[in-house]
Amino acid sequence: MSSADKLLKVTNLTAEIVTRRETIRAVRGISFDIARGEAVGFVGESGCGKSVTARALMRLAAEGSRIALGGSVEFQGSDLLRISETEMRDVRGRKIAMVFQDPMTSLNPVMTIGAQVDDMIMRHLGLPPKAARDRTVELLEQVGIPNARLRANDHPHQFSGGMRQRVLIAIAISCDPDLLIADEPTTALDVTVQAQILRLLMRLREERGMSLMLITHDFGVVAGMVERVNVMYGGSIVESGPVDAIFASPEHDYTRALLEAVPRLDLEEISR
Amino acid sequence: MTQMDDMTTGATPILQVRDLTINFGPVQAVNRASFDIMPGQTLGLVGQSGSGKTTTGRAVLQLLRASSGSVKLLGEELTGMNGGRLRAMRRHMQFVLQNPYSSLHPRMTIGQTLAEPLQVHRSVPADQVAGRVAELLETVSMDPGIVHRYPHEFSGGQRQRIVIARALAVNPDFVVCDEPVSALDVRTQAQIVNLLQSLQQKLGLSYLFIAHDLAIVREVADRVAVMYSGQIVEIGDTEQVYRAPRHPYTRMLLDAVPVPDPALQRERLRRAPPDLRFDTGHDGIGACCFGEDHVRTGTAPLHEIAKGHSVSCRFIPGNALDSAAGA
Repeated sequence: MSSADKLLKVTNLTAEIVTRRETIRAVRGISFDIARGEAVGFVGESGCGKSVTARALMRLAAEGSRIALGGSVEFQGSDLLRISETEMRDVRGRKIAMVFQDPMTSLNPVMTIGAQVDDMIMRHLGLPPKAARDRTVELLEQVGIPNARLRANDHPHQFSGGMRQRVLIAIAISCDPDLLIADEPTTALDVTVQAQILRLLMRLREERGMSLMLITHDFGVVAGMVERVNVMYGGSIVESGPVDAIFASPEHDYTRALLEAVPRLDLEEISR
Repeated sequence: MTQMDDMTTGATPILQVRDLTINFGPVQAVNRASFDIMPGQTLGLVGQSGSGKTTTGRAVLQLLRASSGSVKLLGEELTGMNGGRLRAMRRHMQFVLQNPYSSLHPRMTIGQTLAEPLQVHRSVPADQVAGRVAELLETVSMDPGIVHRYPHEFSGGQRQRIVIARALAVNPDFVVCDEPVSALDVRTQAQIVNLLQSLQQKLGLSYLFIAHDLAIVREVADRVAVMYSGQIVEIGDTEQVYRAPRHPYTRMLLDAVPVPDPALQRERLRRAPPDLRFDTGHDGIGACCFGEDHVRTGTAPLHEIAKGHSVSCRFIPGNALDSAAGA
């Protein structure tokens, strides 16, 4: 891969979460890159540092804590850890967007779905309200929400979990980001809905040439979705490589344990 | 519905559910569900959220009143049973719920949590409660020294072990496990599933195992019931249902499970989802994949297509040979 293809190059990233009571070294010097249009999976269990890594790229701390970052995050010619907060605000949402696990808490319960998408579009793209709504409807249609213009007037509680996750994806792609970070995007969802969301992410990525960072604890979820995988444990990347190679011959014991834990269906009829 | 009774062993089911129906106002949450669970066995109940599987579990435990139908545990009819007798029956049936973060009282120590059911059911004399609590913790491979600690000090997997220990406190025969591992990491899931299986063998427990994850159900269940929109649309031995799923809805559920094989999974995601319409009405499609308009005709009752394997679709014929061999 030539360096020109690299969208993101992370070198020796460290992240310490500082709360009133303690300091946790959540990410301990990891390096990785993501090429333009490439999908990379981050696999590991709760507490391994995968979500903190994602937040570190966005320079976001969880509520009630501060995050101290070290290393460098090169993205489109600048180091995201060194630019001003104002410049960072332009990167967030517009160039790097994020979809979180819980579609219930990520939406404002007292705003209509449409207003929340409009808001993002008006703020980042500077469109007037009417044009923004047209764009909103278009986006909701793209993520597969039927009767989008009508449903835009509904509130989050009127949407199912899968539909809410689609809305969050619509918000995330509204400004045509170069990189979409999806943190456990399907964990709270039924298998059938999970399959729909994975298909949607795959299609959007191909249509838009967008890079994808897919974070999950489940090797089954990354299997068909990414080109490369980074396995995280205790704040470090313990194994990384092409997805097929890692599934075929995992090097690290921890990777092997994670792979073995994925329950298998071994279907004959259905999988063909 | 007698075709679903187990006729091979002649043993008596520990749980017999017949035509269980639950209405929430005009909404029929569960519609004439019937199944048996044999002693020491597991019935997996699968379906999407909103399909009625949790409601079924709650109605079986009498945490929710059935609108009609029968639930017999150890031969005793539970529906309509009065307070005192029902409380006595509760010793035989327990539950383990999905979220180990909300199902333990945050201000009660682990010791208090485990002692409570022992005191309520007076299962052991007061001076033996502490000993029994320690024994329960050992049963779920936890250090008995943790009795003075609080739930927040433990991980999700550890909390689920404590929840299981609490369910076992009164020596139940039957446990409803409602999504017991879906909030956990894959490795922790495997550990909890192993624990549930070894406890089943050791204590002869029967489980109703409710889950949306079909891969996990395959590992634990002897029989599987697939629920769609409040109705059981397919039920059979685990091997029958997974090797030869017949109902379009079952096939759709199975098709959606990601397979841990990159090449195969890539191809499955790329392929359009199979045309396995099993329902009509809400999305304006005129008919199911067999051409039937279910809005007009309703859902067919279950009928047996092989011994012990039933589906609710009139387009799936029984295999004459299979039925003959089974009869």
